[in-house]
Amino acid sequence: MEYLIGIQGPDFVLVAADNVAASSIIQMKHDYDKMFKLSEKILLLCVGEAGDTVQFAEYIQKNVQLYKMRNGYELSPAAAANFTRKNLADYLRSRTPYHVNLLLAGYDEADGPGLYYMDYLSALAKAPFAAHGYGAFLTLSILDRYYRPGDSALSLIRLNKRFILNLPSFTVRLIDKDGIHDMEKLPVAPGG
Amino acid sequence: MALQDVCGFLDTLDDTGPCTYPPNEMGYMWRTASEFDRDSAFHFLFPPQQCSRKNRVPTLFSSTFSSLSPHQQPFQLSHGTTTLGFIFQDGVIAAADTRASCKGLICCPTSQKIMPIHSHLVVNTSGSGADCMLWERILTREMRLYQLRHRKRLSINGAAKLLSMMLHPFKGTNVCVAATLCGWDGEETRETLNSCMEIAEVKEAVEQDTGVSTISDSALSSVKMASVNEQEILKDAYALNPAVSDQNTKNVLSFGGRSGPRVCYVCSDGLQLKGEIISVGSGSPYAYAVLDDGWRWGMTVDEAVALAREAVFRATHWDAYSGNNVDLFHITAHGWRRRDREDLKEEYYRERERKRKKIKEREKERQKREGDELGEGDIYSVHCG
Repeated sequence: MEYLIGIQGPDFVLVAADNVAASSIIQMKHDYDKMFKLSEKILLLCVGEAGDTVQFAEYIQKNVQLYKMRNGYELSPAAAANFTRKNLADYLRSRTPYHVNLLLAGYDEADGPGLYYMDYLSALAKAPFAAHGYGAFLTLSILDRYYRPGDSALSLIRLNKRFILNLPSFTVRLIDKDGIHDMEKLPVAPGG
Repeated sequence: MALQDVCGFLDTLDDTGPCTYPPNEMGYMWRTASEFDRDSAFHFLFPPQQCSRKNRVPTLFSSTFSSLSPHQQPFQLSHGTTTLGFIFQDGVIAAADTRASCKGLICCPTSQKIMPIHSHLVVNTSGSGADCMLWERILTREMRLYQLRHRKRLSINGAAKLLSMMLHPFKGTNVCVAATLCGWDGEETRETLNSCMEIAEVKEAVEQDTGVSTISDSALSSVKMASVNEQEILKDAYALNPAVSDQNTKNVLSFGGRSGPRVCYVCSDGLQLKGEIISVGSGSPYAYAVLDDGWRWGMTVDEAVALAREAVFRATHWDAYSGNNVDLFHITAHGWRRRDREDLKEEYYRERERKRKKIKEREKERQKREGDELGEGDIYSVHCG
């Protein structure tokens, strides 16, 4: 089962996604990247039905880039999130709804870091931390317990390491005012 | 938005307007997207409304069809096969079994599941046989058109993307295609073209790879086919660009992308994966087990061919829906080469024979050891000899 998690800090957003691309019982790929770069400071994490994820995420990605080309400046994370939600909602009652669950994470110069949770029914919520997948059942309660708004990046990464489920590896990225940074790929460490 | 208008994408997917075509005698309606560029890859007849997935928006016409039952299949489709493809330092190996099955019966024991698209790309097909044949032909057509329009070959990843996009409107219908594109992305230099055209040179090169030792007529003819393709491509290039001189050897058909072996999986439900080892079908778990164990990037051609054969053989042994023969293609920068179709029944008996011999030898050794231990070993050794 696929898993996404995002945690917002005082001046950054930390996101992680698992790396498995599965087809029924077989893991076809162990290093599959589920994050789509919408702009220099916005990442879209997308899980759900097989073809819908890539199709929808690339559609949003290209349209956000088109906006930049037409208007000369980038969409803010809030605007990108609402645009994504609108598209998801429009397709929801069409012949071809997209069954995708999303996390949109970005850093805005004016508003600071932002993490947006979106599900396949196009519900949108800005949240300090969010997760998708079966792992969400476990991690959300832990995050409730241990999350504090002023946490530093390092402590949150450590927090992240503790929650790793029975999935082989994760891609972790950090978004702050300097853009998107790759953190090390986390393999499962026995005993946390 | 602008991108949609350019692609005409929404015109094909959106279905809100009333249909203006009269129903045929079956009561179904086949719609084509109007105001459409006839050359577009997305120009298809779309299936009637019942086949659309999930929400059935009630419209003027669906009420007339409410009494009709969904279109019945004449027989159950089943997707039993083993196909695999992997890359290594010296190219790509594509292998597949040859059994076409249908609900517990073998339709055809000698079907061909690996189809060459062009000189540097083959596709392993699995899923519904008819769908695979059709989509393979559509892909061939589109790639050839791309090549003629842009004077360069579409990359493997590009071809996968194209196929994925073409299959997307049929998601949720019964179209079942799981294709693995195996090929070599690369620069076409005059040198490689010349070597392709000279069969003798290729034969030499091939004979040095002792794994593909027996160059049969089929292999030679496939090499010939590859070289013929190169000639055609070169002719096209010259026709389109007569100013090309002999000095510009590297740039005749070169394109900027990185070259190398590629394997890409495209599924009709939308999954698209690039990787190093891809195996598809009911026998794929068994094949994966063998491949994961033996695959290394630095394998020789011998080892790679042996690994692919072994993987398909084991899969056909355990999986009821795979079997009969194994087809093997090897794609390098020079194009694809085909190995003789091999009957796996022979391999099974050979292996049984090997096992039997091994057991016999082990038995002999054991008895010899026992005989020695006993010292004189007169009566016993006579018995056991």
